[in-house]
Amino acid sequence: MTTARPRYAEEASYKIHGGCGLMGICDESGKLMSGEDAILAMAVQHDRGNGLGGGFAGYGIYPEFPDHFAFHMMYHDIQAKEEAEALFDQYFLVDLAEPMPTRPVKGIADAPLLWRYFLNPYPNKLEESELSAEDYVVKAVMQINSSVDGAFVASSGKNMGVFKGVGYPEEIGHYFRLEEYEGHTWTGHNRFPTNTPGWWGGAHPFALLDWTIVHNGEISSYGINSRYLEQFGYKCTLGTDTEVAAYLFDLMLRRHKLPMELACKALASPLWDEIDRMPEAEQAVMRSLRAVYGPGMLNGPFAIVLGFNGGMVALNDRIKLRPLVAARKGSILMVASEESAIRAVIPEPDSIWMPKAGEPTVARVQGMEWPIHGDLHLSPSDISCAVTGTEVSCDTVEVNA
Amino acid sequence: MPRQMAPGVTEGYLKVAPTVVRDGDTATIDATGIYYRQLNEAIRGAIAEGATRVVLNNVNGQRYIGTGVKAKGVTIEVHGTAGNDMAMFMDGPTIEVFGAAQDGVGNTMNAGKVIVHGDAGDVLGYGMRGGAVYVKGDVGYRVGIHMKAYESLIPIMVCGGNARDFFGEYMAGGILVLLGMNTQFAEQPLVGSFVGAGMHGGVIYLRGTVESWQCGKEVGITEATEEDMAALKPTLADYCDAQGMDLAEVLSVPFTKLAPFSHRPYGKMYAPM
Repeated sequence: MTTARPRYAEEASYKIHGGCGLMGICDESGKLMSGEDAILAMAVQHDRGNGLGGGFAGYGIYPEFPDHFAFHMMYHDIQAKEEAEALFDQYFLVDLAEPMPTRPVKGIADAPLLWRYFLNPYPNKLEESELSAEDYVVKAVMQINSSVDGAFVASSGKNMGVFKGVGYPEEIGHYFRLEEYEGHTWTGHNRFPTNTPGWWGGAHPFALLDWTIVHNGEISSYGINSRYLEQFGYKCTLGTDTEVAAYLFDLMLRRHKLPMELACKALASPLWDEIDRMPEAEQAVMRSLRAVYGPGMLNGPFAIVLGFNGGMVALNDRIKLRPLVAARKGSILMVASEESAIRAVIPEPDSIWMPKAGEPTVARVQGMEWPIHGDLHLSPSDISCAVTGTEVSCDTVEVNA
Repeated sequence: MPRQMAPGVTEGYLKVAPTVVRDGDTATIDATGIYYRQLNEAIRGAIAEGATRVVLNNVNGQRYIGTGVKAKGVTIEVHGTAGNDMAMFMDGPTIEVFGAAQDGVGNTMNAGKVIVHGDAGDVLGYGMRGGAVYVKGDVGYRVGIHMKAYESLIPIMVCGGNARDFFGEYMAGGILVLLGMNTQFAEQPLVGSFVGAGMHGGVIYLRGTVESWQCGKEVGITEATEEDMAALKPTLADYCDAQGMDLAEVLSVPFTKLAPFSHRPYGKMYAPM
């Protein structure tokens, strides 16, 4: 890695206050939809952002390469590309490398070099590493983001991708030609940067493997969250607080195999007096959870949508400091910051409601592997696993995946 | 909603003037895909030209409808989903929403009436200081937060469904009523936690009961007396009239009254009295 040139930075030096907008849509039947609906839902929420960040994640969009890790890359310049590709060659067998298909759009300027790669770990190197394929990929992502100046991994999961940049989301979606992709799950984001700079790598969704996060709010616990994550090998390099939420979900759901409900309770913990009123067994789980995952708790206002292969989950902070609306129409679950975004896509939903703060709203695609330990609606009182250390074992939880 | 995928960028709203059809005292505006600014200009224009009934069709999330409008004897009908901050600073008109309302409706409203024939979102009636808000269904978090009253200006809010946490938080005046009747969440408690937390004025009536842990420590919880109910009855009758509900059914369950212990709960915090 060169250290001769100045550290890549394309940051606004000023701070802007405002809100953000988000959406998520999932057809639980697995039926595919183009990116158009996601764009429309974000276009209706145009005024929730200020043009300094927009993005989308789509799932099921690469049926030609379902078993390859799809890397969406952003490069500041050709040198960054060459250095990152040298790293790819070290770790991975790259079966296809191509520029991201884009079209010129008014309002989108100064795009980095955008490339995508369909790749897999070299079998012998993977074996030598004694890591799972996922951990191997995470390690490579962390190395690129932290050590290749001007190269950033936008997403790194299978059969999915993140499309993001500086602009309004409807412009970004058009720029990346999202109407040409078909996915069963889409999330979208409209950014109004607060506290952290507006730049291409700092737009949402934030992704690691196939976990993606869109977030409206501020994570004031970013400092303690990022220090906690460093202990597990995650490096927070993208300059936006939301990054920690993506890594926390990877840590808790994939590596520690926590059930979704517990992971959500770790991020949006019930208040202590609420815990005091719970049944005894549930109290013990909640107290352990707060003891073990205290540094992983997200402090501050948030509404987030977590996307992954298999579904999506929407979650609010425990005292609901950001808007979130959910609706269902047949097999489709949709969430957004505003009801109008839902009604633009689904004019007459079967039901529409505001989810309760701190309680996840979950969509699960039928027939797809459920990557999350435990079934959908496992209440903490159902969970008999002992949460004893940082490497949690929940083997006693019945898995209905 | 216009969809312009190719060759242009999809737009949620177009920044063009809407079609306004004038018939006697009524102005009918098609809000389909019209940006909030042009829509509100058309509403204000119609009122300035003497319309007393403004009908908005195909509304979907446009913000600030009726915001800051000062007029008497004017009714605005919203068909669709009313956007954020509807009726903010409103002074006089009546707005009737045939659909749901998003967040921040009636923010710092001064006078007039808002009738929502659906659910409403968070921070409903924030800092409201006069007029009435009648919601048929469920309402969100922080509803009636810091409502206030002065002499004859007493804001009234009645919500027909359930409410979430922080109902009537920091309330300084006015009347806030929750019925729990038209709700999607019948299996859940009528109201969340922190009810009336920091409350130091006004009164909250709940149709049904509440646990003391759900309420702020500044709040006294009593069963509503016959006198209380007699005073509340005209408000409930007006609400039932607006929402097409049966007053006898509303009154068939005892109400709980929440009122602050003190009008200056923090008066001794910095300077002993």
